[in-house]
Amino acid sequence: MIAPGGTGGDFARGGASLGFRFFLICIVSLSLMVLDHRDEHLRTIRQAFSVLVYPIQLAVDLPVRGWRWVDAAMAERSALLTENEALKFEKLDAGVRLQRLDALEAENRRLRAMLDSSAKAADRVLIAEVLAVDLDPYRQRFTINRGSTDGVYVGQALLDADGLVGQVMHAEPFTSEAVLISDADHALPVAINRNGLRTIVIGTGDSGRLRMPYLPNTADVEVGDLIISSGLGGVFPSGYPVGYVSSVERRPGQGFSEIYVQPAAMLDRAREVLLVWTAETELTDRHDAERPTSLAEAR
Amino acid sequence: MAEGRLTLRFALITFVVALALTIMPLPASIAAFRPEWVPLILIFWSLMAPERFGLLTAFGMGLLLDTLSGALLGQHALALVVVVYLTLRFHLRIRVFPVWQFGMTIVLLLTLYEFVLFWIDGVAGRTVPIVERWAPLLASALVSPLILGYLDQFRRDAQVRV
Repeated sequence: MIAPGGTGGDFARGGASLGFRFFLICIVSLSLMVLDHRDEHLRTIRQAFSVLVYPIQLAVDLPVRGWRWVDAAMAERSALLTENEALKFEKLDAGVRLQRLDALEAENRRLRAMLDSSAKAADRVLIAEVLAVDLDPYRQRFTINRGSTDGVYVGQALLDADGLVGQVMHAEPFTSEAVLISDADHALPVAINRNGLRTIVIGTGDSGRLRMPYLPNTADVEVGDLIISSGLGGVFPSGYPVGYVSSVERRPGQGFSEIYVQPAAMLDRAREVLLVWTAETELTDRHDAERPTSLAEAR
Repeated sequence: MAEGRLTLRFALITFVVALALTIMPLPASIAAFRPEWVPLILIFWSLMAPERFGLLTAFGMGLLLDTLSGALLGQHALALVVVVYLTLRFHLRIRVFPVWQFGMTIVLLLTLYEFVLFWIDGVAGRTVPIVERWAPLLASALVSPLILGYLDQFRRDAQVRV
């Protein structure tokens, strides 16, 4: 007899009917989602599950990591020497710029102290590796191999060598999930470096393009302008490059221009990212560690 | 019971493999066409051993998938539970379907699966591209007869009794 669910089956076991159990589990799922959406109520549950799936993530990442290792081990000596030369030169160049920057930073701090305003400055960084696991392909997210045991917190900013990458969304014990600035749900307070004009950059879901939808047609913005983070949202440290304006389309008849920004960081190719602790968040627990005077001045 | 334990171990392995395949990095050009391994595996097991794997298995796998993909906790769980509920409800009929009809059933179930995910994303106010969402359906439908045939064969060869 083909009677759907007539004999035996899942529902014969517990007594309660299949439909009833389906209904119960649906209610549980829905309430989980509501709780999770509202707030971080389910941190512990999520962390427990993340520890369970951590081995799977590691296993998936392993072949990729192994291939990179083999690639590095097999590299030609001459190629390494060339790379070494280039890096030395880069270091020298960066060192020279840094000398000037130190003086400028001190000057900036004095001026800010006179104006009685404080700024967030990046204070401590930690290198994290991007795990080679694919999350939802419709979203601009990735998983990194540092978690709350390394001091990572939700909302922490991520940088790479060229600019802002994103922020931490969930901090689990061993891994964290980060959302990129190109995610369609991500908005970032920025300023145009040339004139200090403040606006907001929004992701498009495409890692090569960001949008600046809130600038009027009369705004002073040109192709090639450097966009930096303004630090206003309180999440990202200020003054880091976000990208360059790639196209400006002024639309007479409409209130705002259509402006696109090309991100400075290599969002889709980054393997290592820097986790940033900003000075102000660190103020309470390590105020006398490295630069006590500077922190006091910044306040 | 030794046989039962063997089945359980085999099922566990397939579950873990399905999760790993779901997060395995793919070239960007074909990443959108990744088959939905987890619902496929769950459909397989609820057809093969409906008295052993059911709604709770689907719920647990869903929560793991939610954690892996950073979705709302319960999103994939709900979608999977819906799929498995329908599979269990009609498992006696589905098992005797010819291949093409079976493929159509899979497409229907997975459409529902994607729709639930899509709907929850909409309610939670997350932005999702509409077109790409449906790409995995085709891939899943194509691999479904393979995966079911292969797994069934493997299960028979390994003398796993359920």
